[in-house]
Amino acid sequence: MSILAKKKKRQGAEIPTSSMADIAFLLLIFFLVTTTIDVDTGIGMTLPPEPDETTPPPPVSDRNMLKILINAQGQVLLEDLPSSVAQIRSEVLTHVQNNGVDARYSDSPSKAVVSIKTDRLTPYNLYIQTLDEVWMAYFEIWDTEARSLGHANYVEYRSNLADGAENEIREKWPAQVSLAEPDPGN
Amino acid sequence: MSHFTKKSKAKPEISTASLPDIIFMLLIFFMVTTVLREQEVQVRTILPQAEALTKIEQKRYVSYVWMGPEKLPGNRVGETKVQIDDAVIEDLTNVRSIMYRKLNEQPRLIVSLRVDEESEMGVVTDVQGELRKAGTLRISYSSRRDISNI
Repeated sequence: MSILAKKKKRQGAEIPTSSMADIAFLLLIFFLVTTTIDVDTGIGMTLPPEPDETTPPPPVSDRNMLKILINAQGQVLLEDLPSSVAQIRSEVLTHVQNNGVDARYSDSPSKAVVSIKTDRLTPYNLYIQTLDEVWMAYFEIWDTEARSLGHANYVEYRSNLADGAENEIREKWPAQVSLAEPDPGN
Repeated sequence: MSHFTKKSKAKPEISTASLPDIIFMLLIFFMVTTVLREQEVQVRTILPQAEALTKIEQKRYVSYVWMGPEKLPGNRVGETKVQIDDAVIEDLTNVRSIMYRKLNEQPRLIVSLRVDEESEMGVVTDVQGELRKAGTLRISYSSRRDISNI
């Protein structure tokens, strides 16, 4: 009798699963806390490839080049004229959208180049502000173009673009930002 | 008979048997998305603010380069240093070989430059020169959105 009762009890023995949810919850909370879903944002650039000694850089005529120079003291020189960071955006806009009207600015949007030259001692913060203004000018142009094509803005146009499809706005208004080698400084 | 129906109505319970499964599913999701290998950044990087930002959605293409004043004990900062992964790079020519190796592993590599806003352009230019030599041409100047504009 006693043997039978013992056997029966063993067969019915089970691992309690009621605490399973609690253990899983604990692990879940740990991973929830440690997970960082931060998307890195930044100003994207493509560096020019390492210069080849046999092939000289492509010639850019002076009128197609908008020169921005920032010195170590944080002073901005726009096309050899003393200026400020706040003026860069409008200057880039007139330069790119000139289409050969004004002789001082570019021939066509596809030929327009914006060149940024810094000193070795230029504050990085100012460089980013300058780069930001230049890109904001291009974003403005792209937004206007996207609206004329019947989109809300450029970001919406780009997200609706099919995979592998050509970005016609970028094709029409290519952003050509060149980073010149800085002066050695003192 | 009517007695029985009354009893079953009195205790309507939601079955909790599938609760562990649901929680496990969530758990697995967070385990998969968690990046545990968080590098110890040894330099101070207060990112500059900008507006013309683009998001880098493909996190696995990104490799970080930190530049900024070295953190010293007692809230002090030292000289400007460059850090890649876990190591502070003393000789900048090493950047080239490190990046060249990374580019071989991931051809669509994007180098995110996390530069302290008080740095000077010299060190950034030097690193960029090495990146050009290594052939890692896609870069991103990591910046944060200007909060006062929102």
